[in-house]
Amino acid sequence: MSAPMTTSPVRNTKVMNRFDLTSRLVAKLKNEEAVIGGIGNTNFDLWAAGHRPQNFYMLGSMGLAFPIALGVALAQPNRRVIALEGDGSLLMQLGCLTTIATLAPKNLTLVVMDNGIYQITGSQPTPAQHADLVAIATGCGLSNSSWAADEGDFERLMDQALAADGPALIAARIDDEPGTGTTKRDPVQIRERFMLGLGVRQPL
Amino acid sequence: MASADGQTSAKPQQATPREEGWHEIVLRTLKRNEVDLVPYVPDRVLTPLIKSLHADPFFTTFATAREEEAVGVLSGAWMGGRRGAMLMQTSGFATLANVLASLVVPCQIPLIMFVSERGTLGEFNYGQSLVCRTMRPVLDSLAMEHHTMTRLDELEFTVDRSIKQAVATQAPVALILSPLLTGGKVFDK
Repeated sequence: MSAPMTTSPVRNTKVMNRFDLTSRLVAKLKNEEAVIGGIGNTNFDLWAAGHRPQNFYMLGSMGLAFPIALGVALAQPNRRVIALEGDGSLLMQLGCLTTIATLAPKNLTLVVMDNGIYQITGSQPTPAQHADLVAIATGCGLSNSSWAADEGDFERLMDQALAADGPALIAARIDDEPGTGTTKRDPVQIRERFMLGLGVRQPL
Repeated sequence: MASADGQTSAKPQQATPREEGWHEIVLRTLKRNEVDLVPYVPDRVLTPLIKSLHADPFFTTFATAREEEAVGVLSGAWMGGRRGAMLMQTSGFATLANVLASLVVPCQIPLIMFVSERGTLGEFNYGQSLVCRTMRPVLDSLAMEHHTMTRLDELEFTVDRSIKQAVATQAPVALILSPLLTGGKVFDK
């Protein structure tokens, strides 16, 4: 058997849609889980999937969705925390995977939406054309890291992650569709509403 | 600097039997203000503080791969109801302009930063001395509160009041540890 001549690794994962997966994820959240949306499309699709008081929409600081989620997880160990990050964003801050693996919070789930491009800036390819983000995460010490083969597998992995007693990373190959909604860019209100949703603040 | 609010009389007295080191004062003041999450990117000067933080079970302290990662962690922790402070050196601060301008300041996060000051008062590395000159202009350009701590007898007052002000006003603060306070790092170390 000879493999086809290609510069990309052979993959058996289905190309899915970010908004569809985000909607499936949000539908599973019954316990006021915190969700951190990264810059751009992960954030827009989280917004479009229906606002929840426990959602934080990151408006700048590309690459910090996972570190912010780690901070929430360390502050509230009894609450499940989920972070949604794009592949380009994760490449900005790969080192955070080593920090998360070392601290190993029991309540943190990391989701990577991988389309191989900077969709929002004009769909330029990322430099990670020959990289495997799950292999990188595993190599950083996050042993519970998986590619979602299809939508059903994504839901299965998410159910497992939400019941796991250690950090989990789920990566999904997605298409090149732009985000579905546009987050209202009001950083103070977003931060304050998130703190209300986490029970840290009381309304005035 | 601290006298601007007319409260110089509240400064701690200098007469203690055995003078505490700067790092002991910082640790004690963090604890008193319930600041217990301390990520850092290490620096030679910060080593005694980092060691004593690790030795004290009150603190959760750990290294991050980059300084902006620590800013993200502390921003999330604050929103989740936990106070923290980060430790870094001058060159690390120089990597933070984007995260300060796009997350900390617009979201009104009371980020508490300790910066070990390299690049001045006997610096031997030209690059360090250049990057040091970018620090205060960046802080000033974002109208961020910052204090350069040079004296042991003013340290507790400055740290304690700055933490309380950051929390009360939901605004970040940079506490710069001058070589005049810490001894700094010199060529033969």
